[in-house]
Amino acid sequence: MSQHWLMAVILLPLATAGLLLLPGERHRAAKGWLNLASCLAGLALAAALLHHAAGGTPEVYLAGNWAAPFGIVLVLDRLSALMITLVAVLACATLLFAMARWTRAGANFHALFQVQLMGLYGAFLTGDLFNLFVFFEVMLAASYGLVLHGSGRARVVSGLHYLAINLVASSLFLIGAALIYGVTGTLNMADIALKVPQVAVADLGLLHTGAAILAIAFLAKAGMWPLNAWLVPAYSAASPPVAALFAVLTKVGFYTLLRLWLLVFPASAGASAQFGEQWLLYGGLATLACATLGLLATRRLERIASLNILVSAGTLLASVGLGTPALVSAALFYLVSSTLALAALFLLAELIERSRSANELPLEEDADILPGSVGALRPPPGVNLDDEQRVIVGRVIPWTMAFLGMSLIFCALWVIGMPPFSGFLAKLNLIAAVLDPAGVGQGGHSPSPPGWVFIALLLLAGVASLIGLARVAILRLWAPVERPSPALRPYECLAISALFGICIALTLRGEVLLRYTTAAASDLYNPPRYIGPVMAKQPSAGPRALLQEAP
Amino acid sequence: MEEIIATAIGALAASGVWLVLRPRTYQVIMGLCLLSYAVNLFIFSMGSLFIGKEPIIREGIKQDLLHYTDPLPQALVLTAIVIGFAMTALFLVVLLAARGLTGTDHVDGGEKQP
Repeated sequence: MSQHWLMAVILLPLATAGLLLLPGERHRAAKGWLNLASCLAGLALAAALLHHAAGGTPEVYLAGNWAAPFGIVLVLDRLSALMITLVAVLACATLLFAMARWTRAGANFHALFQVQLMGLYGAFLTGDLFNLFVFFEVMLAASYGLVLHGSGRARVVSGLHYLAINLVASSLFLIGAALIYGVTGTLNMADIALKVPQVAVADLGLLHTGAAILAIAFLAKAGMWPLNAWLVPAYSAASPPVAALFAVLTKVGFYTLLRLWLLVFPASAGASAQFGEQWLLYGGLATLACATLGLLATRRLERIASLNILVSAGTLLASVGLGTPALVSAALFYLVSSTLALAALFLLAELIERSRSANELPLEEDADILPGSVGALRPPPGVNLDDEQRVIVGRVIPWTMAFLGMSLIFCALWVIGMPPFSGFLAKLNLIAAVLDPAGVGQGGHSPSPPGWVFIALLLLAGVASLIGLARVAILRLWAPVERPSPALRPYECLAISALFGICIALTLRGEVLLRYTTAAASDLYNPPRYIGPVMAKQPSAGPRALLQEAP
Repeated sequence: MEEIIATAIGALAASGVWLVLRPRTYQVIMGLCLLSYAVNLFIFSMGSLFIGKEPIIREGIKQDLLHYTDPLPQALVLTAIVIGFAMTALFLVVLLAARGLTGTDHVDGGEKQP
């Protein structure tokens, strides 16, 4: 495989975004198809990279043809290939959904969408701290546009908060990166990892301050409590396809933490070994606890989905904080499964809420109160349901309602982590990894108290989601309230069905992904496997050298 | 010189943080501006401060670290300035949209009645 494919993944969305800016909004359909074609090409590229990365050795690309500590490098290892593929899959599904209706809600949706993808791919591929900042900003700039897509009061107000928080977080990112550069004299992640054990004792305080400030910036993006108050309003107000794509945005913060923390502060890093582990662990547990409480309090489907994003953020952070390769492997499996599940839930939420938003209160008017209270579910006085049962038996359910109902059941089982879907496998793996770090049945090991708390909170969060989703399902789908069944478009059903198809594939062939994440986790716990190829990569001969060789 | 730069960064950052926490959108954007000035100066000072030294190698000047200043923070700060500027402009647009849609310049889109 040519190494240039690494760059192609980033250039493809950039070029497409440029192309998509040229035609006016009249050609929206054509732009949609171009966007979709580009997303599918990105998916094919990502799949090829995933296949290549599964081989094991990280692929390194010198973007400016300068050797590692001096120029910017792109690095493809198992973890980044997995994240890229996840983004590509999610992009195709959400774009399909958006093409049915939501692209008409505002201008330049397609171009912003592609820039968003470019930022995401770049952030996952880069091996340079400052370049990471640039890709973060590309990603965030597009997300500011997308979160406002469709406009309206709720979106603009929560978008303002989202923007302000992220601008401050970007400032912190810069301060952290500058401090680390000041101490280590390099911005290349692999080179930082080499320099950290050599840092003088007098400079350790500065280095740790820099790392902590950097971590605050990432944790704000990853959604750790108490830095996540912006997330639920912004995600639940954003238009559904955007929110579904944003399901992977918090995972970028998690990815960079996982990557940098395991690379720069491994157990072998001398005085800096495992710096900040407790913060990840207890921060993650606090996030889980708060999100669980939030789930019990809310009755809106898109809020339940947003809170579940926090649940998944907390689970991931805590499992990294507990810190064993088996747990990180299980966390990566959980990451894939939960991101896709939550994207599906965001998409489904809109279809279910659509009939209401057309007929009843506009969405922004009611914060968390449903139009019909649970008391309204009781039959009108004087009606005996036992006698009237015949009326219900044999009545035709419109296929749209049947589709929505079945989808919600499927999605709920997937999100909560109940059998038989991949969410269950993910949670089972996490719990098994806490109980038996060496592998199932490998000896009697009793987890630490935080381990038990983690298991308890994980299960409680599942119960809270179950309660929340069941409540919404009863009120929205099974209540005897007369409302026209919503109109569904083929693209929307296709997008949701495609996500369900992936879930079934993940369930049936879970061991393939689990084997891959296990290999990825063992790579992460072995930093020389990443550092070696990056530092060893030589620039290719320039055209002048080739010309001199020719005669 | 270190003291002056440090005081300037501290004053800018402190006023920036205070303004960001204020309830009016215009105060927030001024705060973000001041904060980004502080950050830019901070990045710049990370290359350690010198007066009258070349950032790029020149003929006739001895090629060691005593005679040059670090050019990298200067390049970084340029990128940071451009990005910060663009983001501030974007914030301004959203600020105006929020003002138009909510009819108030409160960050929460409405005054809390006591």
